[in-house]
Amino acid sequence: MNATNRTVVVTGIGATTPLGGDSASFWEGLLAGRSGVGPLTQDWAAQLPVRIAAQIAVEPGESIPRPQARKLDRSAQFALIAAREAWADAGYTGKAGGEASLDPNRLGTVIASGIGGVTTLLGQYDILREQGVRKVSPHTVPMLMPNSPAANVGLEVNAQAGVHTPVSACASGAEAIGYAIEMIRTGRADVVVAGGTEAAIHPLPIAAFGNMMAMTKNNDDPEGASRPYDTGRDGFVLGEGAGVVILESAEHAAQRGATAYCEAIGQGLSADSHHIAQPEPSGSGIARALQNLLDATDLGPAEITHINAHATSTPLGDVAELKALRKVFGNDVDHMAISATKSMTGHLLGGAGGIETVATVLALKHRVAPPTVNITELDPEVDGDIVRDKPRELPAGTIAALNNSFGFGGHNVALAFRTI
Amino acid sequence: MAATQEEIVVGLAEIVNEVAGIPTEDVQVDKSFTDDLDVDSLSMVEVVVAAEERFDVKIPDDDVKNLKTVGDATNYILKHQSA
Repeated sequence: MNATNRTVVVTGIGATTPLGGDSASFWEGLLAGRSGVGPLTQDWAAQLPVRIAAQIAVEPGESIPRPQARKLDRSAQFALIAAREAWADAGYTGKAGGEASLDPNRLGTVIASGIGGVTTLLGQYDILREQGVRKVSPHTVPMLMPNSPAANVGLEVNAQAGVHTPVSACASGAEAIGYAIEMIRTGRADVVVAGGTEAAIHPLPIAAFGNMMAMTKNNDDPEGASRPYDTGRDGFVLGEGAGVVILESAEHAAQRGATAYCEAIGQGLSADSHHIAQPEPSGSGIARALQNLLDATDLGPAEITHINAHATSTPLGDVAELKALRKVFGNDVDHMAISATKSMTGHLLGGAGGIETVATVLALKHRVAPPTVNITELDPEVDGDIVRDKPRELPAGTIAALNNSFGFGGHNVALAFRTI
Repeated sequence: MAATQEEIVVGLAEIVNEVAGIPTEDVQVDKSFTDDLDVDSLSMVEVVVAAEERFDVKIPDDDVKNLKTVGDATNYILKHQSA
């Protein structure tokens, strides 16, 4: 491998999710087929047509002290918690250039969210109207800016190679991880803290997504509301949380004796250019992302045994993705165990690519595909081997897995990982 | 009722504790907000707004830059608070 085509590995993972406050409890929840969706009991929810969400399992206030928390949007708090877990999991302590023996100039962060510090923005607007100009927090701008999670994690670890935030709605987290893989592959950094975060459970986003007809209004059955691939699916359930991975050049990981979870092979990107919010129904845009992934890397369809699908539980989107898989991978799709973990976590928007990459990495580590829950009647249009109800063992030998994420705006991202 | 110097220091200590998490007993008149108490320029605005409310005093933005230490702020408030 030359300096511009280096192998990238995953050396750490971290997550805070509706299923658990760290990656271990998240994984345990996934394997158990547990739903993280519940009723919204806040007063403000009473007037909304959607009164369910997948709220975080462990409030960030339990690990971030109040003086720090009051300067951080909830999305940045989630990112910090997930990043701290991943950083420690990779064997690092303290800051680069300090306790962590790592050159800050070779360390980056790429952490994204779909809609940034939306609860800060709206909360401070409430303060402006109700209490006046003087009461608006001086921390508002650095809290609400979408790059705030990446910047705050960058400060925490002393990242100086670059701090980035690609924004592409629900593909943001995956795009961040893809961007980070490229930073290392092309030689800009040796280590990158990468992932996605989202904290948008607030009446305005819920009202807005609800009015788009994008969310399910199945308030009577929260745990059964997110049902990808089921005939009765009628929209996503909003979730919150963050997933972060430590990506590292294989040489760097080997030099310091770090254990890698898997290889991060690369990314395939494309754009639909079809509609601002609807997926292209034949999956042609997604197919181009998958083809670009195959063309850009040494990945072959035969080795792909698991797919963590985007599958948000919307009528059009779930099927379009499967059509794309068939189009590009042909008969090889039949040996791919397809999991829709949003059936349990809800849809974390920009956080989805983060936690689902963590899930994909753990699926390869444990050689188990997590289940898809809530399919009572499989949509006859579903063409693919969906892992239903219970986890499924993945084959021995070298295997690869994909994590797909797509976003409003027509953004398509496919990430690929492989056992070592 | 105007606050005494002692009351102002106690009040500022509580505000700095809330804003920056510094123990109240560490907030002494000779301490610098920036160098000793982890109060950066943004957090200083929070301290000022809270102090204005607590001590019924106006601290214009132009004067904030002169309040380097807890003692500076205490003296400013003593001098400018409403009788």
